[in-house]
Amino acid sequence: MLTQEESPLRTITSGKTLTVFLDGDIDHHTARQIRNRIDTKVYIQRPDELILDLSRVCFMDSSGLGLILGRYAKAVELGIAFKVANPTPEIRRILDLAGTERLIKIESARPAKRAW
Amino acid sequence: MAKPKPVNELKCIFPSWSQNEALARSVTASFTAQMNPTCEEVSDIKCAVSEAVTNAIVHGYRGTVGEIQMILKLYADRTFQAEVRDRGVGIRDVEEAMRPLFTTDPENERSGMGFTIIENFMDSLRVLSEPGKGTRVIMKKKLSMLPIAK
Repeated sequence: MLTQEESPLRTITSGKTLTVFLDGDIDHHTARQIRNRIDTKVYIQRPDELILDLSRVCFMDSSGLGLILGRYAKAVELGIAFKVANPTPEIRRILDLAGTERLIKIESARPAKRAW
Repeated sequence: MAKPKPVNELKCIFPSWSQNEALARSVTASFTAQMNPTCEEVSDIKCAVSEAVTNAIVHGYRGTVGEIQMILKLYADRTFQAEVRDRGVGIRDVEEAMRPLFTTDPENERSGMGFTIIENFMDSLRVLSEPGKGTRVIMKKKLSMLPIAK
């Protein structure tokens, strides 16, 4: 767990689009740090678009849902377009359960791969 | 009818520190492995247990640290049961707490979907709670049968 807490946020900036690649487990324990890191990056960089790429997330529960909905709310507040990309089938089920797609664009650029 | 006896059982007690959410998930996944569940079943069970343990940490013991007890059972008919107990503040209105999107803690970005996820990912969910005494969350899921070898 320490390695995940210490690892920096992996991002790619292309033009005014900031893509954040999340990985590992997103639960209540890890969500707070991930949230702070994303928000700091967004405040410094002020992109026009923020994309959360979930292709490498192995596990996510309702805390991850809170993280995604919270980042969406922040993006709306700052006038930033927001998208979620490449959720695994397991994560997709959680997103669908909460009706996330009514608010947030979910994109799967390539078929989501299982983590195992 | 006598209550069926579990074929295997595991009890563990840990403090309500958030790093134990991952621990509870891995213990649960290891415990279910003996029944050869599908990846999807393991993923569902891990998520449900994670929700219950997070609830105990975030709500049951909000602002304090207490003991969480997790009891896992497996029955001969391939039913898996997990019980997560805390002796925290308890829930005044269980029905309200179980409503989708209901949360008492929106400022910390709690989505209010915990119980909804458990209900959807498991076959049954029972929540027993008494204000001031604590909460017991009991969930069950019947694992699919193994394919018969030819």
